[in-house]
Amino acid sequence: MLGEGILKGLVETARNFFGSFVSKDRLTTVQFPEERLPQPEAARNFPFLVYDGDNWQAGMRCVACQICEKECPPKCIFIEKSSDKKPDYTGKQQFYPAVFNIDVSVCMSCQICVEVCPFDAIEMDNAFELSTTDRFGGLLWNREQLAKPNSYFHKIHPATATEIDERLAAAKAKAEAKAKPGADGGASTTPQPDPPPAAN
Amino acid sequence: MISMTTPPNQEMHEGLVADGGQDELLEIALGPHHPSTHGVFRMDVVLDGERVVKLKPVFGYLHRNHEKIAESASYLASMPYTDRLDYICSLTNNWAYALAVEKLAGLQVPERAEYIRVITAELTRLVNHTATIGFLTQEMGASGTPLMYAFREREKILDLFESLTGSRMMCNYMRFGGCRVELPAGWLEQTKKVVKDFPRFLDEYEQLLTGNEIFMARAQGVGVLKKDLAINAGITGPMLRASGVNYDIRKVDKYGIYDRFDFKIPLGEHGDVYDRYMVRMLEMRESLKILNQALRDLPQGPIMDPKAKIRGFRPKPGESYGRIEAPKGELGFYLISDGSPNPFRYRVRPPSLINLTVLEDMCRGYSIADTIVIFGTVDIVLGEVDR
Amino acid sequence: MLEEIKVRLETSVPGCSPEIILNGSPSGQHSLLLDSAHAVEAATFLRDDAELRLDYCSNVTGVDWLPTETSPGYLEAVFHLYSMEKKHGPVVLRLRTENRTDRVHLPSLTPVWRSAEFQEREIFDLYGIIFDGHPDLRRILMWDEFEDHPMRKDYVEPDDYEYEPTAHDDVLTKAKQHAIRQPQ
Repeated sequence: MLGEGILKGLVETARNFFGSFVSKDRLTTVQFPEERLPQPEAARNFPFLVYDGDNWQAGMRCVACQICEKECPPKCIFIEKSSDKKPDYTGKQQFYPAVFNIDVSVCMSCQICVEVCPFDAIEMDNAFELSTTDRFGGLLWNREQLAKPNSYFHKIHPATATEIDERLAAAKAKAEAKAKPGADGGASTTPQPDPPPAAN
Repeated sequence: MISMTTPPNQEMHEGLVADGGQDELLEIALGPHHPSTHGVFRMDVVLDGERVVKLKPVFGYLHRNHEKIAESASYLASMPYTDRLDYICSLTNNWAYALAVEKLAGLQVPERAEYIRVITAELTRLVNHTATIGFLTQEMGASGTPLMYAFREREKILDLFESLTGSRMMCNYMRFGGCRVELPAGWLEQTKKVVKDFPRFLDEYEQLLTGNEIFMARAQGVGVLKKDLAINAGITGPMLRASGVNYDIRKVDKYGIYDRFDFKIPLGEHGDVYDRYMVRMLEMRESLKILNQALRDLPQGPIMDPKAKIRGFRPKPGESYGRIEAPKGELGFYLISDGSPNPFRYRVRPPSLINLTVLEDMCRGYSIADTIVIFGTVDIVLGEVDR
Repeated sequence: MLEEIKVRLETSVPGCSPEIILNGSPSGQHSLLLDSAHAVEAATFLRDDAELRLDYCSNVTGVDWLPTETSPGYLEAVFHLYSMEKKHGPVVLRLRTENRTDRVHLPSLTPVWRSAEFQEREIFDLYGIIFDGHPDLRRILMWDEFEDHPMRKDYVEPDDYEYEPTAHDDVLTKAKQHAIRQPQ
């Protein structure tokens, strides 16, 4: 019969139309922004700097090694090393970034900076409602705007944050164990010389 | 002022005659601001009434000098830029580039990474073909209904990509010597569920389109591409196979581990729009077969070559050409290295650009409405054509 | 396999003297350097020969080699050929110009393989190699009134940025210079 194909197609359309009233499978739209879908753990948008504790300046993990600046494909990270040092989580004295800017209008969220950072200092955020009315300065984020606490990192990427915390705690424990035999108390924050072999 | 017209000393309709009953020929620019040109693309057509007499494609509106950027960036830094070539199928672009670099440097990819690459590539093929067929029906005038059905299924696969790589489109997932991250917990089960539900969607979609008389009238016999012209013009991908040539790089080069999978290559007979649509539908079914086999046989193990370096990667001087069967055709990367961390020459062989060579031959004699439909089956993405 | 092709080319196309260029990487894809005078004949032979049947030209690339102490520098076109009938390949051909400044002509292989049409246009646009015998040689990616050839190694990009550049050091200084020069 002529028109049979069209009728079969109309059956299909009807099945989708009436099915969307009864089955979640056929009606997949979400009423954003009132309803939101949860983002998967791996979701990434723009980077942020992690700091441990409450004070973002003292607890920032970044040591201004500038590896992320070199590896960034569109070169959107600008770092200036500080002239003095501050202690990091193991107590060792490290430089810190006096200036750490990311030009978010250039950043392409490729995550290479996170991949190459040896100190787990920069991680990917997943916030996406970031519009601003300032076209020129509003999308150039400085150190303070980028710094977010480790608790926030746990909230958005729980598995990765836990794994990093375990690794850093193990490294800290190892550094403290190494520091102990050379002095008494181990309260100093400067690295101790290697103990003689007989002391084990 | 930037002007993108043909040179002033060359008239488009020189030497052509209006013999369709009209007095003179009409020269129109279709695009670049056009809802059906799949991006910023222009076609200068010379019309005799409504029949196309001559057609010249004009592009370059999205030229972002990707190849020059790659000469000043390291090998790894070019990887996120390859996502943005054929921006619908970013994972196959990544694989093609990783393949070329692995050939250049002699890196070995572990087995689990190869299986993950095949799984993501075949999912990308599904993503691309659903989008292509959806937009084809949109261009025929179906006002978005089959398009939205296709996109509803596509969203499930894009959610899979997001939970694996972090991003729906710009995945940046392959690395030289393997894959970037391990599969997250539960991803395999989610993928198996999506692959199990997909054939039912394909059956419903075929019920809507394949036997539809209007679709057949608009697609059959339109835009015929002959076999010899296709081979000579370097056409690859579903367009070539719809013209009857059995050439699929997955079977010819057997890159990766494709020789372990059992799948067929659908071939068309006539080389018209309907054949290209059917070849894509059947290729989706074959992709589901490959996915079932790969998901079943996925082994445990490492996902990166232990000898591969992320930073400070300097391959020895030499060159290599690596190609894969991307959903649109043969995507190849030609790299020349001179021992430094940046490539000396980095070239992308774009399937969409080469497939456009025969657009004029296919559209001559058809009306404007058919031109849009034929152009839709060439399946181009401007990110790839212009780079 | 490249040795056999070289020998057969020498016997079938008189005067043609291809040279094998070795490839240092593990990919093992060595290439044949052809001279411009016999290139079209050699290409036709490669396409039509019963054993080779290299009917599919997959990729045409332009390369810019800057002058060194030993050579005046040249531009090069590299062709990757495969066979759809016999399913073998790749066979890599190279054609070199004499220098980078005035003698930049090469024969076009578009009459042999139509897939070279757009790719040779792109090489003309971005590198400046003029292909003799190409049916429609004009710019393809840059606009028609553009001058200079952007992919060459010594290309200097213009510094009149139409957009607000990012706060990079040298980019920002160049843009600021330009803003000072232009009266607002």
